[in-house]
Amino acid sequence: MLCCRKLTPPGLLEWCSPSEQDVQGPQRLPLTPGDFCLWSHACLPLSDTEPAEARTGDQKCVKCKEGLPVVVIRAGDAFCRDCFKALYVHKFRAMLGKSRLIFPGEKVLLAWSGGPSSSSMVWQVLEGLSRDSAKRLRFVPGVVYVDEGAACGQSPEDRARTLAEVKLALQITGFPWHAVALEEVFSLPPSALRCSAQEAAGTEGAYKAAVDSFLQQQHALGTNGVERQSQHCAQDPQSPAGPPTTAQTQALSRLFDSVKTLTAKEELLQTLRTHLILHVARNHGYSKVMTGDSCTRLAIKLMTSLALGRGAFLAWDTGFSDERHGDVVVVRPMREHTLKEVAFYNRLFAVPSVCTPALDTKAPEKASIHRLMEAFILRLQAQFPSTVSTVYRTSEKLVKAPRAGCAAGPRCLLCPLSSSLFADSATAFGAQTSHLPQMQTPVTQARAAAGPCCCAGMGGAPGCCKREDPRAQVMEQLSYGCRVNMKDLPSLELLPPYILSEAQLRSQRATAEQEIREYLLGDSEDEAGTGES
Amino acid sequence: MAAPLSVEVEFGGGAELLFDGVKKHQVTLPGQEEPWDIRSLLVWIKKNLLKERPELFIQGDSVRPGILVLVNDADWELLGELDYQLQDQDSVLFISTLHGG
Repeated sequence: MLCCRKLTPPGLLEWCSPSEQDVQGPQRLPLTPGDFCLWSHACLPLSDTEPAEARTGDQKCVKCKEGLPVVVIRAGDAFCRDCFKALYVHKFRAMLGKSRLIFPGEKVLLAWSGGPSSSSMVWQVLEGLSRDSAKRLRFVPGVVYVDEGAACGQSPEDRARTLAEVKLALQITGFPWHAVALEEVFSLPPSALRCSAQEAAGTEGAYKAAVDSFLQQQHALGTNGVERQSQHCAQDPQSPAGPPTTAQTQALSRLFDSVKTLTAKEELLQTLRTHLILHVARNHGYSKVMTGDSCTRLAIKLMTSLALGRGAFLAWDTGFSDERHGDVVVVRPMREHTLKEVAFYNRLFAVPSVCTPALDTKAPEKASIHRLMEAFILRLQAQFPSTVSTVYRTSEKLVKAPRAGCAAGPRCLLCPLSSSLFADSATAFGAQTSHLPQMQTPVTQARAAAGPCCCAGMGGAPGCCKREDPRAQVMEQLSYGCRVNMKDLPSLELLPPYILSEAQLRSQRATAEQEIREYLLGDSEDEAGTGES
Repeated sequence: MAAPLSVEVEFGGGAELLFDGVKKHQVTLPGQEEPWDIRSLLVWIKKNLLKERPELFIQGDSVRPGILVLVNDADWELLGELDYQLQDQDSVLFISTLHGG
């Protein structure tokens, strides 16, 4: 008698009991081993071997072999509470330790959204700092919270209530904290988009030397040490104490309401949030930012980025460290923790978190590419428990192409990675670039006709004539993925001023460079370049 | 014939938004022929507690992927998932991992 074997944790083989109609091959022929059961939970070949005895309740933790297991991680490893905690904490510290990126005494900004992953990360840092001196984490943390209520359509009362909860939670941590509203992007300077020169990455020897000297300092100062000084919670003295102005809130709501698709809204929100967090980090001297992206989220992000045209930047978007901004490095220490582990840990060890509605709360499955990919991956994971880890391991193998991350060459305005594909005509991106002059709105057509064409005598470099058009100005500074997103934003004037003015500046600079290129002597004449004039 | 059961159903991680924001529900399941298991509990929740968007919580006869189920603070995978038979005073917790980051 042929039955199907449902995939379950080891030792717990279970046979589903299909009716005659369910267990049929595609041509309704008599069944043979190897045919598939049509029940949705299975999709495993039929077999006629006897099932093992089903055992329930006498499982033991796979690590210590004694404790009663409470959680199943990966494909069937059951852990007891203490072994689970040890594994979880170990993963976090190993992630930080083996990368050797965070030097002792360095100021690190923790980006906290209130959600489970970032709350868990903040909690891990808190616990890690309070251990005995040999194994203590050695950096100086601060926490930043970005209030995105205006973009998500929350009422002012809800926002105030959430903010009060957030402040309470932040005060418990004892770290210096900064609560900023997303509306502050409207007062960011254009320098927020510029990347400073990259610091040379420390060598192995430099890291060890730094750790040794730090420990020596500790001995000299005594155990109570210097860390305690920064522990008093201090609100950022530079940011306004009160809530953002109504005008800014309305401007932000207008911006997000004008975006046509949820996908573009989410991307825009992420971009603005990143810029704001980096600005806070730069202002207060933080050289690293830690985000709580978990394994599951990064796997989803990887697939989503591919769908959004950001394939060239996968290594930065999903890797452990992201140095594209130059002076501030973004690290992702929760990279190896799955969402399930995070949720269990938070529940078992009472980690406080603040739940706020997001842009895609209660959105249907096909509302955006992000949601669709999330549903796809999670559904696949339910049937094939190694999905997320396979995607994760693949992302680990991604190597950062040196030319795409270095300072030379044009950089995208919003996600400041240099795209070597800017002018390559063989790609879809290149084809788009050459079509930009055709993109004109009636309003800007009139404006462009007013001023003299700056390319008189240059002989038709593409896109040159239309540099007065602000939309073209911004679009040509963007990488392919960002450009595709901006297509869903019908009017770019609603963007925060820092983006528009930086775009204009770069465009003018490029124009000026183009004009004087033929007059430059020496090496520049040997450059292949685009100038054939 | 199964006797009426009193269980505590809790929602976390954002799942409570589908239940009017109420996190803890003390419910009394009526007596019925077959013993109560998680599968029938889900059907009961869908009929009596779920206020909106059932597809965000339940998919087919199980929970949507991404929602964790804990029974008495233990992973339901250890207990047989949908076939675990509920006992009196059990505590079932549904945590959504999809919300927030």
